[in-house]
Amino acid sequence: MESRFRVLFLIIAMGSLSGCAATKNLFGFGNEEAPPPTAEPPGQVIDPQVERREIKEPKIDREDFEIGVFVGILAIEDFGSNASYGLRLAYHITEGFFIETTAGASRGGLTSFEELSGGARLISDSERDYYYYNLNLGYNILPGEVFLGEGRAYNTNLYLIGGLGATRFAGDDRFSVNIGAGYRFLLNDSVALHIDFRDHLYDIDLFGEEKTVHNLEGTLGFTVFF
Amino acid sequence: MSEPSTTTTPSTLQRIKPALAACLCAVVLLISPAVPLEAADEYRSVVVADPYLEMHTGPGRGYPIFHVVDRGDTVDIIKQRTDWFLVRTARGKEGWVDRAQMEQTLQRDGAQFSLHRATIEDFTNAKWETGILAGDFGGANIISLYGSYSLNPNVSVEVWGSQILGNYSNGWMASANIVHETFPEWRVSPFFTLGAGYIRTEPKSTIVLPEDRNDQIGHVGAGFRVYVTRRFLVRAEYKSYVVFTSRDENEEIEEWKAGFAFFF
Repeated sequence: MESRFRVLFLIIAMGSLSGCAATKNLFGFGNEEAPPPTAEPPGQVIDPQVERREIKEPKIDREDFEIGVFVGILAIEDFGSNASYGLRLAYHITEGFFIETTAGASRGGLTSFEELSGGARLISDSERDYYYYNLNLGYNILPGEVFLGEGRAYNTNLYLIGGLGATRFAGDDRFSVNIGAGYRFLLNDSVALHIDFRDHLYDIDLFGEEKTVHNLEGTLGFTVFF
Repeated sequence: MSEPSTTTTPSTLQRIKPALAACLCAVVLLISPAVPLEAADEYRSVVVADPYLEMHTGPGRGYPIFHVVDRGDTVDIIKQRTDWFLVRTARGKEGWVDRAQMEQTLQRDGAQFSLHRATIEDFTNAKWETGILAGDFGGANIISLYGSYSLNPNVSVEVWGSQILGNYSNGWMASANIVHETFPEWRVSPFFTLGAGYIRTEPKSTIVLPEDRNDQIGHVGAGFRVYVTRRFLVRAEYKSYVVFTSRDENEEIEEWKAGFAFFF
């Protein structure tokens, strides 16, 4: 008899417990869930599950090119001196060497003969226009610094330069060679002033006999590195 | 005698004054530096890993060291010119650092700051190349500019533009050719070439036949590319041209040229 009651009580107790378990979330109890069983046995190295941070580095700005303009005076042999102007583009290969291309224009005046003879003209007016381009190799032979007062220092470069190109003058295109030297004065890290002297040489037979002429040019320029 | 009526008719200077002022304003506005542009830039920063980083006053040999940055400090790289880097410290000091020292710094992710430097391998494998050559074209001077694209280390395609300056005639020439390098990995790399193009001949007015001519050309040639340093190479070549003239017989011209080029 007692054992029957015991069995009955047990059944009731189990039923009520299982009911509580089913309804416990109704009353908001037991928010804390049991942790899920770990797959890894304890003692193993933990994999941090953190993705490697990809850092995108900004590109470094390269400033090996130099572009600018120049104005000056070109002395055209036999044809007087006149204003000249042009463009300059350079690429700095190393701290010493650079390649440069220039294109310039000027105008020839009258020869002494033309001035003395009055009306006679050796070449036409349009043939007096002088154009040239050059492809040059330069070398910064004396890099240095100059000081303006106590507080200011500017970087400078004395460079030697030479190359070849073509000159259009007196109705013909001629192969020409140029050599010279220049002084680059850097106002800051990107902007420079240039003082430049060049000798432009070519062969010309305008007066009958072929001769090599030297056209000296002195210019003042302004360039920007980019 | 009446006084000049300066009050009623303004002088030319007075009349153009507003225009002058406007011009001046425009010039000042153009010249004044655009400050915010610089501030918006983002620079790559590196950490000094050597005992110190030496900052020079200029980007070249001989410029004195005026500042050193200690190990562990960070510097921003503002720009690069040839093998020199303009860096800025946290305190705003700016100076030039050479490549060798720059390579001893660490990037933000801890990796070594590495810079690609062109080597002889790039000489063999680089895709693009451009150069300037000059020489003799059948007695005349020739100046040439070329661009080249490599299909593979052995074969590349080139485009040439040349100006010819002679005693009797001037001219222009444009051509395209295929180049085959037999041993592209050699420092002195021989090549053979085959191509075609156009030549424009402008005889000088003193010559009997003063008419301009456009003719087709074909050429074969051989030469050497020699690796010098960095991205630099020297090139020398010989080409034999056939000019397909409108006259009875074709013209043959020999050309010798040398110059320099760089690859990228």
